[in-house]
Amino acid sequence: MSAEPITTFESSLEEVGVELVRTSTDQFESTLIPLLSTPAVGAPLPFENVSLPDAVETDPGVEELEAAKTGVTAAGYGIAEYGSVIIQGGPDGEEPASLYADEHVAVVAGSDVLPDMDATFDRLAEDIRSDAGQAIIATGPSATADMGALVKGAHGPVEVTVVLLEDR
Amino acid sequence: MSVDTRQRKAERIRHLLETEGDSVHKNTQVFNNGRYESTADLEDYEELKDEARAIKEDAIERLPELVNQVTETVEANGGTVYIADDAADANRYVTEVADGRDVVKSKSMTSEEIEVNESLEASGSDVWETDLAEFVLQVADEAPSHIVAPAIHKSREEIAELFNAYFEPEKPLETAQELTQFAREYLGEKFVDAEVGMTGANFVTADTGTLALVTSEGNARKCVQATDTHVAVAGVEKIIPRVEDLQPFVELIGRSGTGQDITSYVSLFTPPGDSPTFDVDDELGSGDEREFHLVLIDNGRMEMREDDQLRETLYCIRCSACANSCANFQHVGGHAFGGETYSGGIATGWEAGVHGADSAAEFNDLCTGCSRCVNQCPVNIDIPWINTVVRDRINRGKDGDLDFLVKGLTPDEEPGGVDLQKRLFGNFDTLAKLGSAFAPLSNWVAQAGPARSLMERTLGVDSRRELPEFERESLVEWFKNRGPQVDPEEARRQVALYPDAYTNYVRTERGKAAIRVLEALDVRVDVPSAGESGRAPLSQGMVATAQSNAEDVYDALAPAVAAGHDVVVVEPSDLAMFHREYERLLPEDNYTALKNHSYEILEYVYGLLENGADINALPDGDDMQIAYHSHCQQRTLNLEPYTLAVLEDCGFDVRTSDVECCGMAGSFGYKSEYYELSIDVGETLVDQFTTENTADRTVVASGTSCLEQLDALLTRRPAHPVRLLDT
Ligand code: SF4
Repeated sequence: MSAEPITTFESSLEEVGVELVRTSTDQFESTLIPLLSTPAVGAPLPFENVSLPDAVETDPGVEELEAAKTGVTAAGYGIAEYGSVIIQGGPDGEEPASLYADEHVAVVAGSDVLPDMDATFDRLAEDIRSDAGQAIIATGPSATADMGALVKGAHGPVEVTVVLLEDR
Repeated sequence: MSVDTRQRKAERIRHLLETEGDSVHKNTQVFNNGRYESTADLEDYEELKDEARAIKEDAIERLPELVNQVTETVEANGGTVYIADDAADANRYVTEVADGRDVVKSKSMTSEEIEVNESLEASGSDVWETDLAEFVLQVADEAPSHIVAPAIHKSREEIAELFNAYFEPEKPLETAQELTQFAREYLGEKFVDAEVGMTGANFVTADTGTLALVTSEGNARKCVQATDTHVAVAGVEKIIPRVEDLQPFVELIGRSGTGQDITSYVSLFTPPGDSPTFDVDDELGSGDEREFHLVLIDNGRMEMREDDQLRETLYCIRCSACANSCANFQHVGGHAFGGETYSGGIATGWEAGVHGADSAAEFNDLCTGCSRCVNQCPVNIDIPWINTVVRDRINRGKDGDLDFLVKGLTPDEEPGGVDLQKRLFGNFDTLAKLGSAFAPLSNWVAQAGPARSLMERTLGVDSRRELPEFERESLVEWFKNRGPQVDPEEARRQVALYPDAYTNYVRTERGKAAIRVLEALDVRVDVPSAGESGRAPLSQGMVATAQSNAEDVYDALAPAVAAGHDVVVVEPSDLAMFHREYERLLPEDNYTALKNHSYEILEYVYGLLENGADINALPDGDDMQIAYHSHCQQRTLNLEPYTLAVLEDCGFDVRTSDVECCGMAGSFGYKSEYYELSIDVGETLVDQFTTENTADRTVVASGTSCLEQLDALLTRRPAHPVRLLDT
């Protein structure tokens, strides 16, 4: 994958108030730890040789979920043009972990950053046809303007950070 | 309409202007500006709109087939599909599924349409709206005032007051942040307790049974994740063929609505989903047993599909652009500009289709046909036309068909039931002819006190408005006596100047100026005697009369067109008739011929200058300071830039307004029930022309209505821009 979508991805993320943190398989854990506020929850990551530190609870109960400061999950892919990540929710609990914590940390492989919506929908269609039950195109933190002014953090996270595995 | 009804309407509007107008205006303005900015960044905006339109056309065409397909897919996925004929049928099914269990809901206008909350509550369920705006309305016990941001009429202060009184928190809530946090926590418990999650769906794909939900708060995700029964309620028109078809909509819907490139969450659920859910013992348990029910609602939609005029409504993706770009909506909001459920421009189509003509009749006249929404609609719906058609049907007192369009009945065959006020304005041509023939006597009589109060009582013509003053000598008569001044042999071009009713009888000076300016640029001008374009009757919903006028105008102009001459129009609303509405009123060839040969006056001057005419034949603006208000329909046709360019090239220093409409909109501002709204809208324009930078500028405006409105509200006397070029 050329560097171009990543650069676009980074600036699009910045526009929606999301920081992009670059790392590699080796450095993943040391990159992630300073990003965590505890209690932290998460869902197991699908990348080989990349796993979550013990501080991250991957089988939380309702209370732990609601108290969580950070939620770490993988994101299936990113959309460079929009600064979005696709959260694929399944039995491992990506959906609750990415939704209830104050901050969502989404881990994306560099090769999964797609340039635009066209490419994204080609891939989404393929995934949905092969039974992906849920894909959330998430862009920035949850937000509302319903209370008379724009507020970041409505029912979902207040903050989002994307960790990019550059060598994946 | 009786005097009392008019008064009640006026009072209701006044009340809403006072109580809700400011909030609605502020918020719709943000959406409206956001949409202009966000769509400007989208390179293939027009292509995406065309693509979206084509997908919807195809889907509605094949709807029965797609309903079958989606039923099969959802069932193969392990869910259930129920096709509900009407609201009662849908509610019966949903309450059976809920079976008294607690329900958390995300925002869904379709669920408002069927009023499912009432049914669920009656059957013992607790129902919680979890979209924060809907939650505010649930607490306040009020109806939505906007299809996307339902509590848009409420300010932060009002919400704080409401919450503090209702929930009595220990520390009174004040900021938007505090209010949001409070609601999040309050509803957090409801998510844990509820067993049924109800959502709407912005789109449903037939090939995979996927629901697309466009949201920002994350509550729809929680409604699905936190419960073990998911009920999605959607109109049948929400089905599109394939997942890939979602793409243009995903790129357009946020931009068109709230002006965001994309909303925080576009959720694609292909239920039943298997995310872990909340167990009774507060653990996260397996989501494998989740049930899914898709309730597809007909409630009049299949009939709309058969209706050649209302069918387009079904393409609507409920983005709200037609509300946000509407000057009347911006000022008064959906509690006036809306029916039982839906609000904004397209609501007329929805209400007529799902609740019936009576609900549409309540607010349909608030669409003035300014057409500002037309280019904003992501699926290219001709929203003003739908409003016109429904108005015509209301005039006819029944859900009439438009067969007469084809059969070509005469204007005299407007049904007897047409409101007198509408008849008066619809026949402006006749009125103007008489007024001119008896001027100045007719002007004196009309302006006199007794006549005005009679007009107000019988016709609803507001006595606070000055009436147009008719000229004794019409433009056509003046020209007949004067004759053309440029030799056809030496002329650069030959032009038929269309004498619209205002230019012909009321503002003849701008017609004369237009003629002299064209002649200064070596154009031979003729002024054929052609009648009113049909704009006046059309705006009253008198389609048959409009069509008959259109045919007469075409006959009057056809010889010039056939001879290869150009038709030049001073009044933008009449040019817009030629370019837009005539497509529906004239045979295709005639429409195309006239459209291709007709131009707005300054657009034409621009063309002449571009093609070699000598700008020195026009006066030098010498940096004269001008404030220019283009006309709504002129801007929809993208013609504002020509006036601006010509004035600037001639050396004028020009500032422009950016309001959507002046508020006068033909007859609208004369009507006593709408006078105050019209003034309220006009004040926003006046604000732009009374800033430090504009207060001393000479005011010009292209439309007659805009000139009347500005004349009434400013102390400076405005004129048509062509008069600046007349020596
Ligand atoms: S008619 Fe068009 S602009 Fe209006 S809400 Fe529907 S899709 Fe949006």
